[in-house]
Amino acid sequence: MKRVITVSVINQSGVLNRVTGLLMKRQFNIESITVGHSEQQNISKMTFVVNVEDEVKLEQLIKQLSKQIDVLKVNDITEKSIVLRELALVKVVSPANLRLEMNAIVEPFRPQIIDTSKNVVTYQVVGHPDKIDAFIELIRPYGIKELTRTGVTATVRESQPSDTPQLSILK
Amino acid sequence: MTANMSTSEKIDANPQHQIEEKNKPRNGADVLIQALHEQDVDIVFGYPGGAVLNLYDAMYKNPIRHILTRHEQGAIHAAEGYARVLNKPGVVIATSGPGATNLVTGIADAMIDSIPLVIFTGQVATSVIGSDAFQEADVMGITTPITKHNYQVQDVNDIPRIVKEAFHIANSGRKGPVLIDFPKNISASIFDEALGEASRNEEIYLPGYQPNYKPNYLQIQKAIQAISTAQKPLILAGAGVLFAEAREELTEFVEKYKIPVVNTLLGLGSIHGNHSLNYGMAGMHGAVVANDAIQNADLLINIGARFDDRLTGDTRLFAPNATIIHIDIDPAEIGKNIPTDIPIVADAKEALKALLKKEFQAPDTAAWIDYLNRKQNDYPYWYEEDGQEILPQQAIQMIHTITNGDAIVTTDVGQHQMWVAQYYRQNHGHRWITSGGLGTMGFGFPAAIGAQFAQPDKKVVAIVGDAGFQMTAQELALLKEFNLPVKVVILNNCALGMVRQWQELFYENRYSHSLMPVQPDFVKLADAYGLKGYRINTLDEAGAIFEEALNSDEPVLIDCRVKQLENVYPMVPTGKALHEMIGVKKP
Repeated sequence: MKRVITVSVINQSGVLNRVTGLLMKRQFNIESITVGHSEQQNISKMTFVVNVEDEVKLEQLIKQLSKQIDVLKVNDITEKSIVLRELALVKVVSPANLRLEMNAIVEPFRPQIIDTSKNVVTYQVVGHPDKIDAFIELIRPYGIKELTRTGVTATVRESQPSDTPQLSILK
Repeated sequence: MTANMSTSEKIDANPQHQIEEKNKPRNGADVLIQALHEQDVDIVFGYPGGAVLNLYDAMYKNPIRHILTRHEQGAIHAAEGYARVLNKPGVVIATSGPGATNLVTGIADAMIDSIPLVIFTGQVATSVIGSDAFQEADVMGITTPITKHNYQVQDVNDIPRIVKEAFHIANSGRKGPVLIDFPKNISASIFDEALGEASRNEEIYLPGYQPNYKPNYLQIQKAIQAISTAQKPLILAGAGVLFAEAREELTEFVEKYKIPVVNTLLGLGSIHGNHSLNYGMAGMHGAVVANDAIQNADLLINIGARFDDRLTGDTRLFAPNATIIHIDIDPAEIGKNIPTDIPIVADAKEALKALLKKEFQAPDTAAWIDYLNRKQNDYPYWYEEDGQEILPQQAIQMIHTITNGDAIVTTDVGQHQMWVAQYYRQNHGHRWITSGGLGTMGFGFPAAIGAQFAQPDKKVVAIVGDAGFQMTAQELALLKEFNLPVKVVILNNCALGMVRQWQELFYENRYSHSLMPVQPDFVKLADAYGLKGYRINTLDEAGAIFEEALNSDEPVLIDCRVKQLENVYPMVPTGKALHEMIGVKKP
């Protein structure tokens, strides 16, 4: 099952290696990983998308990450109401005679054209990874020259649905 | 040595020099040695080299007891032995590159067995890190997965803080090795006394490291409920009991509620070996009764053990009827290998104290204990004497009798280790030093050296195999140099016994590279190091020679020739469950 995990870490050298090394050592499969500064000084936030077999493995992943001394907080936000975003840069062959057609069909994805040359156009597309997948499939027949994706970053929405039974902790 | 002596004499002779020396600003190395003194470090095991010259120079000026081993692996295993006996961090120093990589086995060993160590490695100067400089190795990269935490010092003024944190991390929570990588230019940098003082006085602040010692009240309630309604409760006591110094609490709890106990390999000694409710070691080569107890228990209380695969056998069939309570200070251990019904994240001592504080209905275990006693009588450890060749089990029994079961005993890994675990009953805590999780050959002898430094007045016996001993035999020099009265007993079967046993049982006697027909003359080897060596060839002479050698005040080495084809039984074959043991009875 695919899980989205956010991790707050103390921002010092080696911390990325610590976290990814741990996942490798314990045989977890990382689908994507993003890292960057957070709102607090010296604290970085990582967002992982990982594929885990079952609940037991997931619990291990979270506990092993939490055990790292440079790791401050680990959250599995998959079940929460969240905003997931990824950015892709897609360089596509686009001769002048096809360009209008291409721009028209990709329009619903609201990509931005951030670079062009005589025969090539570079789209920037932002959104849920599924949307980016769909965009890529749509544009593929025209000939993708180069494709680069940032991986997923995510944040939890301010308002969460409140259907969680209040006493579930006591079960 | 002579050059050094004359320099120091010169300094002593000239008071002006002394004053100059005193007023000289301190460098990183001076501060580090001072920080070790502040941590009450009384001994370090190490080996110098280019990148730690500053450290060794600082040590020369501000002496700290340093034991120069003959190989870095010897140093780190000695530190492990020391740490295990005193339950406080052992300290190791090695140089960069090969010095550091020679420590790797010991670091991994300490990590998996939760042994507290603080390790200092030299590193090339920060200006050349990453340039493949002379004796450079990526020690941070290499040791990240095998340390509890590691640091590379980037600023000389951080040293007091880092050293303080390192000792705290190594010796708290689930203990383990912490490494500090120390670039040479940092050790030479001048320390800013004002800034450094601030760093020294700072409270330890590690927001990402808050081990939980006190158990959760609700979980203790649940545990009590489960215990009082159980009919066949069983305690599995691991090394966590020893690390937490909870021996007395465990014994009190066991006696108060009449709950039988079994031990893991590393948990031996957590309760007296002859306690009537102690049914011995469980696991692959454990006692039949201990494994039977696990398979039949309706409640298993794991205190400070990690459900290692050598203990559990087939996890799907492990303790099939039992509700599992797991008390561990490391939350990641709970549910890792065996699904747990009542998790208690806590220090073993705190958890036992919480359980003892509550008065509750004791379970009626009379029938259960009766059953276990019958099993124990029916299935004791066994061997078949042949009257001529010495069996390793007999040798260990003799050693046990002569030392009254009170010696500190160390081993490597393999057949001899299992026999010592079976036949050398541990009556005390912290006297059983073995490489459990990693299974490191060459561990036992240097660990005995560390143990003897830790407890100079106690008898220390290293029981090792002929193959493992040769991996770290060079440390014999230390026995002579420090007149350490360690007793080295080599159970010599001219083979890699456990490898050979598996080849016999599972590979149809194809002894591929497991026999060592050519061995050195160990008695002459001892003699070469200026030590007394003995050889035991026959059962008739064994008693008298063991008696003389083990009661000597001097270091001795005993080459005890034992039967080559003896196997360790009983045994749970790999992949089988604990109730599927083979070799449970004398044929």
